[in-house]
Amino acid sequence: MSADISFADEVVTRSPVRYVDLPLGAGRAALITLDNGHDPTKPNTWGPAGLEGLDATLDEVAARDDLVAVCLTGKPFMFSVGADLKALRTLSTLDQAVAIGRLGHRVLGRLATLGVPTFAFVNGAAMGGGLETALNCTYRTVSSGAAALALPEVFLGLIPGWGGAFLLPNLIGPDAAVTVILENPLSINRMLKPRQALQLGVADAMFEPADFIEQSLTWAAQVLRGDVVVARPEIDRSDAWDAAMTRGRAIADAKTHGTAPAPYRALELLELARSASREDAFAAEDMALADLALSPELAASLYAFDLVQKRAKRPVGVPDAALARPVTTVGIVGAGLMASQLALLFAQRLQVPVHMTDLDADRVEKGLAYVRGEIEKLQGRGRLSPDAANRLRALVTGSTDKAAFADADFVIEAVFEDLAVKQQVFAELEEVVSDTCVLATNTSSLSIAEMAAKLRHPERVVGFHFFNPVAVMQLLEIVRAERTDDATLATAFAVAKLLKKSAVLVKDAPAFVVNRLLTRFLGEVTAAVDEGTPIEVADAALEPLGLPMSPFVLLQLVGPAVALHVAETMHEAFPDRFTVSPNHTRLVEAGKPGVYVWPDGVQQVDPEVAALFVGGDHPSTADQVLERALAALAEEIRLMLDDGVVAAPQDVDLCMVLGAGWPFWDGGITPYLDRAGVSERVNGARFLPERPDAVN
Amino acid sequence: MPRTARDVVFVDGVRTPFGKAGGMYAQTRADDLVVKAVRELLRRNPELPPERIDDMAVAATTQIGDQGLTLGRTAGILAGLPRSVPGYSIDRMCAGAMTAVTTTASGIAFGAYDVAIAGGVEHMGRHPMGEGVDPNPRFVAERLVDPAALVMGQTAENIHDRYPQLTKARADAYALRSQEKVAKAYADGLIQPDLVPVAARDVEAGWGLATADEPPRPETTLDGLAALRTPFRPHGRVTAGNAAGLNDGATAAIVAAEDVADELGLTKKMRLVSYAFAGVEPEIMGIGPVPATQKALARADLGIEDIGLFEINEAFAVQVLAFLDHYGIDDDDPRVNPWGGAIALGHPLASSGIRLMIQLAALFEQHRQVRYGLTTMCIGLGMGGSVIWENPHHTSTTSPKGSAA
Repeated sequence: MSADISFADEVVTRSPVRYVDLPLGAGRAALITLDNGHDPTKPNTWGPAGLEGLDATLDEVAARDDLVAVCLTGKPFMFSVGADLKALRTLSTLDQAVAIGRLGHRVLGRLATLGVPTFAFVNGAAMGGGLETALNCTYRTVSSGAAALALPEVFLGLIPGWGGAFLLPNLIGPDAAVTVILENPLSINRMLKPRQALQLGVADAMFEPADFIEQSLTWAAQVLRGDVVVARPEIDRSDAWDAAMTRGRAIADAKTHGTAPAPYRALELLELARSASREDAFAAEDMALADLALSPELAASLYAFDLVQKRAKRPVGVPDAALARPVTTVGIVGAGLMASQLALLFAQRLQVPVHMTDLDADRVEKGLAYVRGEIEKLQGRGRLSPDAANRLRALVTGSTDKAAFADADFVIEAVFEDLAVKQQVFAELEEVVSDTCVLATNTSSLSIAEMAAKLRHPERVVGFHFFNPVAVMQLLEIVRAERTDDATLATAFAVAKLLKKSAVLVKDAPAFVVNRLLTRFLGEVTAAVDEGTPIEVADAALEPLGLPMSPFVLLQLVGPAVALHVAETMHEAFPDRFTVSPNHTRLVEAGKPGVYVWPDGVQQVDPEVAALFVGGDHPSTADQVLERALAALAEEIRLMLDDGVVAAPQDVDLCMVLGAGWPFWDGGITPYLDRAGVSERVNGARFLPERPDAVN
Repeated sequence: MPRTARDVVFVDGVRTPFGKAGGMYAQTRADDLVVKAVRELLRRNPELPPERIDDMAVAATTQIGDQGLTLGRTAGILAGLPRSVPGYSIDRMCAGAMTAVTTTASGIAFGAYDVAIAGGVEHMGRHPMGEGVDPNPRFVAERLVDPAALVMGQTAENIHDRYPQLTKARADAYALRSQEKVAKAYADGLIQPDLVPVAARDVEAGWGLATADEPPRPETTLDGLAALRTPFRPHGRVTAGNAAGLNDGATAAIVAAEDVADELGLTKKMRLVSYAFAGVEPEIMGIGPVPATQKALARADLGIEDIGLFEINEAFAVQVLAFLDHYGIDDDDPRVNPWGGAIALGHPLASSGIRLMIQLAALFEQHRQVRYGLTTMCIGLGMGGSVIWENPHHTSTTSPKGSAA
């Protein structure tokens, strides 16, 4: 018999049924409601007990002979977001993993075999197994107010394994299925709006939320009476299917570089869906789901997902929020690109006056012009109403006089990365601002304590390190210096929350977390080039990590000069581990934007850079570069943890996921280092237990 | 500025099925009931561009919670009406929806509106009668009203006192006929076309669909009625069987200037002839329809004999009988509530006026020989309301007597 897959704390989604007389005299239908008994903020999910409950409901429904249809909908504002991830975490054997796939297939599959048409009324969010519940039905309506529809399994490291991988391409065609199953999940987990779901054919009809269930029942009656005929596309199983598979593979390669198993298993299933029977396809989904469910990539992915969902929202080590002081006026020192981005972000999210200053009126005007231009763009794209745009424009002002900061509660400096300059800025500010005004610095590598050293109130200085581009990158490193007090820190975290950033508390150590690791890692790759390894070999060596971009592409994005500056700072702090590459220095001296050029869109090493670089005579293989870079990462993380830069490996991983875009399936980085054996080899121990619990 | 009053027509009306308090709508909001009715009303009348609606008046007796917050505006927004359509709330207790129709109709006649939506709702399960009221102590101290005036069942008993010929037996017989007429109308499919199906949720049982009125008791017998207790007095005459119950429901109607209805191609189900409201002693509020009808007839220069169909609200059987006796109409006159009334269908206070109009409009279509019909109802604290309508389907319709046009 099937393995036991029940788990103790399942929040069971019930499926009570009522029998209703359809409009237009179409007959009697069963109307099943999915409801876990909680408010809409706690979504319906499927676990073993919930599925068994639906099974029992379907037994009752199947035993009746007076029904013309079976309809299924959700509790208010919510259809179902699919499998309870807790169920996946408790799996430990292949039998269990197969059993959960089979249970879903058996129960949800009944929706296709009841002998009467089945209708899913997708009244709210439908994701993963929730959307598959609907896909197993004969017809689907969607509410124009539904939050989102998606099959996000591949994003997490799974495949749509309760019928989705087979049913969707056979419903909407292979190309659209590639979009929903692969492309969207791999694009920061993009989701479908109801209208898109309708256009793609995922839903057959869309109605407004005000009387969605009534209209859906009326539509069902019309379908049953033949008044409405549902047109479904003819599925091209030859050329179009080939083309879709090719496109899907290209997407998987581009996004994961072959390092994540899930998209490729999804592609196999999509290929199978072209010709396989439902039974065979479902059986293949069971096996794929089971393999992936037990894979280290999924464990890492669920761990990273939890970090982002939970730890990012409840940062560790933060003082009581009640200590935070209100921030009703913000000052920004500097009007350069970074400062201007900050001005816009603070004005948008805090909705309070933001004042920028710089040394001369031209720079201030340039900064303000940037902000106005961005507001214009947002308005042009319909993201801001004219009134909201006016409000924002009025909030952001600028001048050359720091006296304007007199009533500021929070002033952040984003001036040139030079300790003396920043000390000077803070000293000037202290003459103007109140004693409790928070002074924040966006420095990426300088010591906060030294910056605050000469102030009368060093306790109000805090590091507030954004990542570029400010509007997009989710991470904020909040740096507590030796003398930073709790009220300042609490205020910084409160501001971060208002900015909708995920803040991680870090110690005042050189380059904090993300830049320290990226610099260390880039230093190893560059050193390999310095020693004679070809640029292409060294840069490709890290592909097994599946990073969003290779080290030298990242260097080009950051800018060689900025990266060199950080490398020098780090070399000064830790000369034995951080080097300054002579080739990197040559690159900056030559004023090159990076090592690559893209003639005709194809990446190649800039011949001028190749000529510029001086290589040694002991090149490494790609494997050697990889091993060396990973060892360096493991060593550096261990040292950071021992030094208390962050509280736990989880914080390192959260930083790398949100600040550098490192993949979920690596878990950020420490789960990868653990599973690759690097942690034990370098440090003698893993970073995390075998089954990492992300939250604690 | 010289002004010509315009003729006003009842274009169309719909209602939710009525529920028993604590029944099928126990967990459904009152404003949602209004929204479902208004949306279906507009769906049924696609010729009406929503932006042509000049106002929306929605009545409720207890205007708090989901019946508060200026329901005519909030329900309009919730129903998806254009933001340019304003709205307001109305309260005349049981005659709320009737007053919503007469008030918007007056605005049309005056020329302030072309088209309006009138509606009413009462969720007596969520808002029991008298919820949150704070009567002025002067009512009692100065004996302004009999304490019985605030308890509708006692006012009904008072009518039995005043007119001893209105016996409990007559009231029960009337109530039984109401149940029988509703059962027959349902069987003939006459009620259903104007009902809006409502998806109503129960936290435990899930979503259901209300497609029929919940209150009717087709199994009612005279013996059964006779055995019911009289909650308002020991050995009294008013029972749950010869009175309307405590109910939940909403109604909505489109009223328009006749020329605008013609311009837009809207249906014209009834033409407004006259209306009147009148006050009576609060402790016998049930006789309110008598003077209200007198006034409305007089203003239209009509007599009671001109009225071919009566839709009288059955708050209590005795109050209907008092009206019929006054005008010399038999208890079982076929012109009166031919498809039954509130005793069987239910009486969600402020919604009922439009329920009467919906039924009269449907009857007009079937009875083309009838030229004039009356909708009338009694109202708490001693009032009555009457609206006289002309049947546009009447074969020899000309301009109605007494209309201002």
